[in-house]
Amino acid sequence: MNDLTPTREQREAALEGMGCRRKRVEDIRFTQGKGNYVDDVKLPGMLHGDFVRSPHAHARVKAIHTEEALKVPGVLAVITAETLKTVNLAWMPTLAGDVQMVLADGKVLFQNQEVAFVVATDRYAADDGVSKVVVEYEPLPVLVDPFKAMDPDAPVLREDLAGKTTGAHGPRKHHNHIFEWSVGDKELTDAAFKKADVTIKEMISYHRTHPSPLETCQCVCSFDKIKGELTIWGTFQAPHVIRTVVSLIAKIPEQKIHVIAPDIGGGFGNKVGAYPGYICAAVASIVTGKPVKWVEDRIENLTATAFARDYHMTTEIAATKDGKVTGLRVHVLADHGGFDACADPSKWPAGFFNIVTGSYDFPVAHLSVDGVYTNKAPGGVAYRCSFRVTEAAYCIERGMDILAQKLGMDPAELRLKNFVKPEQFPYHSALGWEYDSGDYHTAMRKMMESVDYAGLRKEQAEKRAAFQRGETREIMGIGVSFFTEIVGAGPSKNCDILGIAMFDSCEIRLHPTGAGIARMGTKSQGQGHETTWAQIIASEIGIPADNIMVEEGNTDTAPYGLGTYGSRSTPVAGAAIAMAARKIKAKAQMIAAYKLEVHEDDLEWDIDGFRVKGLPEKVMSMKDICWAAYNSVPPGMEPGLEAVSYYDPPNMTYPFGAYLCVMDIDVDTGVYKVRRFYALDDCGTRINPMIIEGQIHGGLTEAFAIAMGQEIRYDAEGNVVTGSFMDFFMPTAVETPHWETDFTVTPSPHHPIGAKGVGESPNVGGVPAFSNAVNDAFSFLGATHIQMPHDFWRNWQAAKNLGVVA
Amino acid sequence: MPKTHITMKVNGSEVEGLAEPRTLLVHFLREQAQLTGTHIGCETSHCGACTIDIDGMSVKSCTMLAVQANGCEITTIEGMANADGTLSPLQEGFRMMHGLQCGFCTPGMILRAHRLLRENPSPTEAEIRAGISGNICRCTGYQNIVKAIQYAAAKINGVEFQEAAE
Repeated sequence: MNDLTPTREQREAALEGMGCRRKRVEDIRFTQGKGNYVDDVKLPGMLHGDFVRSPHAHARVKAIHTEEALKVPGVLAVITAETLKTVNLAWMPTLAGDVQMVLADGKVLFQNQEVAFVVATDRYAADDGVSKVVVEYEPLPVLVDPFKAMDPDAPVLREDLAGKTTGAHGPRKHHNHIFEWSVGDKELTDAAFKKADVTIKEMISYHRTHPSPLETCQCVCSFDKIKGELTIWGTFQAPHVIRTVVSLIAKIPEQKIHVIAPDIGGGFGNKVGAYPGYICAAVASIVTGKPVKWVEDRIENLTATAFARDYHMTTEIAATKDGKVTGLRVHVLADHGGFDACADPSKWPAGFFNIVTGSYDFPVAHLSVDGVYTNKAPGGVAYRCSFRVTEAAYCIERGMDILAQKLGMDPAELRLKNFVKPEQFPYHSALGWEYDSGDYHTAMRKMMESVDYAGLRKEQAEKRAAFQRGETREIMGIGVSFFTEIVGAGPSKNCDILGIAMFDSCEIRLHPTGAGIARMGTKSQGQGHETTWAQIIASEIGIPADNIMVEEGNTDTAPYGLGTYGSRSTPVAGAAIAMAARKIKAKAQMIAAYKLEVHEDDLEWDIDGFRVKGLPEKVMSMKDICWAAYNSVPPGMEPGLEAVSYYDPPNMTYPFGAYLCVMDIDVDTGVYKVRRFYALDDCGTRINPMIIEGQIHGGLTEAFAIAMGQEIRYDAEGNVVTGSFMDFFMPTAVETPHWETDFTVTPSPHHPIGAKGVGESPNVGGVPAFSNAVNDAFSFLGATHIQMPHDFWRNWQAAKNLGVVA
Repeated sequence: MPKTHITMKVNGSEVEGLAEPRTLLVHFLREQAQLTGTHIGCETSHCGACTIDIDGMSVKSCTMLAVQANGCEITTIEGMANADGTLSPLQEGFRMMHGLQCGFCTPGMILRAHRLLRENPSPTEAEIRAGISGNICRCTGYQNIVKAIQYAAAKINGVEFQEAAE
């Protein structure tokens, strides 16, 4: 031992393992413009494809004239549904058990639907070609309002389903009906409502919105005719699933398809599904023998790729007069657009919406969901959300506030009274989930203390009195929300996509020098996997995080995984990493025992190596074990130090949080100001606090956008009236509030490192906090529920409707 | 369509090429100059992912024509690192303060912040927020971007950066 020997703390710090605010390794390239996004991929002879899109929301396609387009210099081909039929690709399966036209086949079902694909030598020529394609349309009656979808005289949208009385999820009640899904005990729930002291009933809508990552959806497809191999670079949140889907529908052997997802500029659910652009670019490459790039523009992204939400939730809560909830009844009308292309696990037609009992101990509940077709874009995705949990959280959190108002109780007190108690975990909800762990009371009380909740309510009472006296025109709202997420899809018993169980994977290879590579089935779209995955490995096996390179997104090298969405990466792949690392550690222990000439059981782990119990000077570092793994392993043992884990989690994980928003609204203008936003998250074990806080800031900003203005709106003819960032609310640094973050730690009992996932919690909890703040502000004037989004105009309308503005 | 020969100085080097009158500057930079750090997010000047510096001004290169940049001096993200290849104060600030996640808006954000700090070397938080309001980020919630710019300002001004309390 000398002075240069690092201390235990120094050795531990050098690992930069779990809990460390390790700076992101990705940033070195991103801050220098050296990221490699799909549009940066350039191949020799590469062509560009662009779509002819429908101006109509519902119309018969009588003829497509391509002759003039083919005369445009640079245009090589125009692909239509007729072309695709020759290769059986005119329709494709959706993730939700439906089928979807790749290019308009006979008619169009939503505005900007893909009608023809023009392939040209560059993007400008492709655009010229698009302008020369002439399509003859015969407009048909347009169905925009989902509440009219099942009227007897509603237009028939899906002629391909004519006469089909059964869909992917059971019987269909009407030609525009997709599915009915119900869970829970209807009889017991109805009985609870019959004998309740107090009930509330409200139609709570969660409007249609859109994930709109800054990078749009795009791909480059390159078919090698000689080898019969197809390579696709794409903005894919789930590259392996895309490869399997392409193989199934294009009939190319899966091993001959190479899917590469390079750096991705945000996903938020938008990049989970398969879009016509991918299919058309692949077909175009096969047809022309050249690589074909398809890059969507912003209008296309907003109007034709997967939207989110559009749930209309009739919510009823039964309770005793002192505020104990006794029953929950929810009926949802879900607007899925022209095709049911929702990104939900196969068994769940409405995702995990049955988490709608939230954080509360409802003894009984019943839920039913009807999905309907309308003339809108398809593809409901979980926009920063785990399969409809966002809608569910909004539903119950508005419902609890409405109940509190009716009972004259404080909304925080009502929640505290009804929370699942710490001793009830693992908790079985009335709608069939097993919550792994939680301590809701502690989180809620910490939030209330941190923000001086009592003080805020006192201030609000004073302001309300001043308003009533006519001394101010400003009203103050305090939005409380408490949410329980269900993430980590998922256990194979619950979750699959097109029949593939939703496990995830990790392969770790350590090299002789003590450095290594980890390859993953997940795919970061900004979550910082390259940084955090290495931290888990560092803590588990004592190799510095800087010595571990993390690679994702290449189906040739990565083990099969289901990808990154729904906050599943840490709960599922994070566990796979720990399990693979533990396999390596077990082998390392055998090697160390052999080298130190002791029995394995005589060794104990010590940060970055094994030490002989009772003989602290007899140690072997992990770095030395790596070398030994390649030159002197015990007799009979294979050389090398690598392991792979395919982790099928035993359960989902249930992160939770307590949020509070303080907002002031000027009733004469509707202008709001978010004075304060506090977010306490419990995501179990925290891997990198810096990255967690960043995820929370980002999720809250998206929640703010959705609650306070962001909406995909249609006019009566099915025209999208919010098709660009001009009219689709994108908050800038000026509007975006300041975020306060806080946390408690309740590890998941079944996850190897206790981590639960956090990515979408702030969106799930944030939206109801904002909406509750607006509703709370207006409640003393007689409002019970004001629909989102709460932009200035709607706030002013609310004030007008309540009679406080002339 | 006939093409025009244009030249411009990009990150200190002469770049020349042929551009149609309608060719957007961002396409010229990405396709002809092979500088793919400048990104395209909206094509309507709203998101700022394509922000570059032209003759001392922040410009959104998705709504400027390449021919309009003929003879101009341009800085893109590829020209932002220090001469020795290390991260410049702004780049370092974004990394140290966790001012990015997916990294797609980052080049535009850094280029805009670069000009902002030339215009106002010691901006307040409100001035920074207003100064970058032409650039949209979908991942970070802006708070850390503001800190990143404050960090860079402190470093450029030779003063110690002090993170404001939450």
